[in-house]
Amino acid sequence: MSLNTRRKLLPWLFIGPGLLWLLIFFLYPLLNQASVSLMTGNPEQGYELTWAFHNYWDAISEYKEQFGRSIAYAGISTLLCLIIGFPLAYFTAFHAGRWKSFILLLIILPFFMSYVLRTVAWQLILSDDGAVVSFFQKIGLVSDDGRLLASRTAVIAGITYNFLPFMALPLYVALEKIDPRLLEAATDLYASRATAFRKVTVPLALPGIFAGSLLTFIPACGDFVNAALLGTPQQYMIGNVIQSKFLNILDYPQAAALSFTLMLFILVGIFLYARVLGARNLTQAAI
Amino acid sequence: MAVEAAPAAGRAVEEEIAGPPTGGGSKGRDKLRHGLLALWSVLALLYLFIPVFIVVLFSFNDNQGRFNFTWQGFTLRHWADPFADPDLAKALTNSVEIALISTAIATALGTFMAMALVRYRFRGRSTVDFFVFMPLSSPEVVLGAALLAMFLTLNINTGFVTIVIAHVMFTVSYVVVTVKARLEGMDRHIEEAAMDLGATEWTTFRKVTLPMIAPGVAAAAMLAAAISFDDYVITSFNAGQTQTFPLFIFGATRQGVPAEVNVLATMLLIVVLGLMGVNLLIQRALARRDSKRTD
Repeated sequence: MSLNTRRKLLPWLFIGPGLLWLLIFFLYPLLNQASVSLMTGNPEQGYELTWAFHNYWDAISEYKEQFGRSIAYAGISTLLCLIIGFPLAYFTAFHAGRWKSFILLLIILPFFMSYVLRTVAWQLILSDDGAVVSFFQKIGLVSDDGRLLASRTAVIAGITYNFLPFMALPLYVALEKIDPRLLEAATDLYASRATAFRKVTVPLALPGIFAGSLLTFIPACGDFVNAALLGTPQQYMIGNVIQSKFLNILDYPQAAALSFTLMLFILVGIFLYARVLGARNLTQAAI
Repeated sequence: MAVEAAPAAGRAVEEEIAGPPTGGGSKGRDKLRHGLLALWSVLALLYLFIPVFIVVLFSFNDNQGRFNFTWQGFTLRHWADPFADPDLAKALTNSVEIALISTAIATALGTFMAMALVRYRFRGRSTVDFFVFMPLSSPEVVLGAALLAMFLTLNINTGFVTIVIAHVMFTVSYVVVTVKARLEGMDRHIEEAAMDLGATEWTTFRKVTLPMIAPGVAAAAMLAAAISFDDYVITSFNAGQTQTFPLFIFGATRQGVPAEVNVLATMLLIVVLGLMGVNLLIQRALARRDSKRTD
């Protein structure tokens, strides 16, 4: 083998095993799922590929409510994460001084307690005789017979809670990179603090905002743990439908059609969002 | 940490960061703004920690019966034997084994991929880059469902092995991203110098590259292990009859989560805190040694 071909083969030797794993256990399952989504049949006799494109139409029209809810809940949660996370990241990056690594540790630490268990803890916190509900009743935010658990608010609060670190950390990384001298230069040029923030800080933090929103929105869209534990069927999201279709009802074609639609929706969404924010290299911006 | 090593310079840097531009606004308004920002951050951290406090607190709850929903008094009895429930003990063992095996595989596969993606310019590089990024940008429910559909089509029984397969698949991308970040921040010239001095590519990799990326690889492995250990969504699709820790908790929510779960979760948190502490001490020691060397 000539040195030149060896040179060319070497990177593929490195990539090969990992790539193979992803081709077999990521790409092939997705393609297989596309074919499953076009099958007809029933759980008893099995399913057959009949190119039933109407599966998509049926699934979407039947579950458009859950689809809409997923997007709305994920969108609201992402926005709330940004509102809660940006000041936190900003404070950590610019004002925390020697507390910086301690605060970062605090942001990461809850991660090491089981996600499902923390969500169960939210059940306790928001439960009807819990402290939070009685506090909100006292200040009049919740009516006396009102409740927080098993409501839209509970599900959105849970999602926001679970994905907040995914927003805060990329924001911190982006803000941390900003050279304070740029802000100084802006004020030297007579920009007010607000203008400097708007024209310097925010644009430079955009990669972090982009990455954070993706890391929050995408998992939130498919999440069904929060809706299952903190909501009722009235708050169920598309993830709940996909899971029960797959594991309980065994209606594989419709479940596949739903999950393929969700995937397509998110891919299109990412591209549009990248366009809006003007990210040149998608993967770089997101990572 | 570097700030502490050089006190004088450190303070200057800190002041520069702490008080970005002066000019607009008076000192008082700056203080108010600073205070509000700090208050907001404390509240956000509280939001992150309240459920953690609740979990820890209820590991000491003297609950009667299965339900662990209301505070009924302090007890240490759940701490006496947290592994009493055999199903829970089995689920925890499964989770640990799955995390160890899938982390080992994912870290090996991912590290080599990251090396090639950063170190070589080749045809199809950006395609591979994008392809590795795709599982990260897919909702877990889609990944889990797709894998299950494949196992069903191929008549493969789901269980321990399929969980490992699934976990490797979705943690490998995290490993690639983490190791790539480390490699990109590394000075290539050191490797070139080694080769100039006659080291073969393999020797250079073993003696120069690997030790330099080791912290990145370790971080990637820890991330992969944590994600694998905690995953519920993908695992729920590919677990078959095999129980893992998160699956056990979710399943238990219907009859009431036993307080032993709170104990085990708290113990895990303590272990992680301990590891982080040790890591911090090692880093401090290394930094001190380095600063002595340069003196």
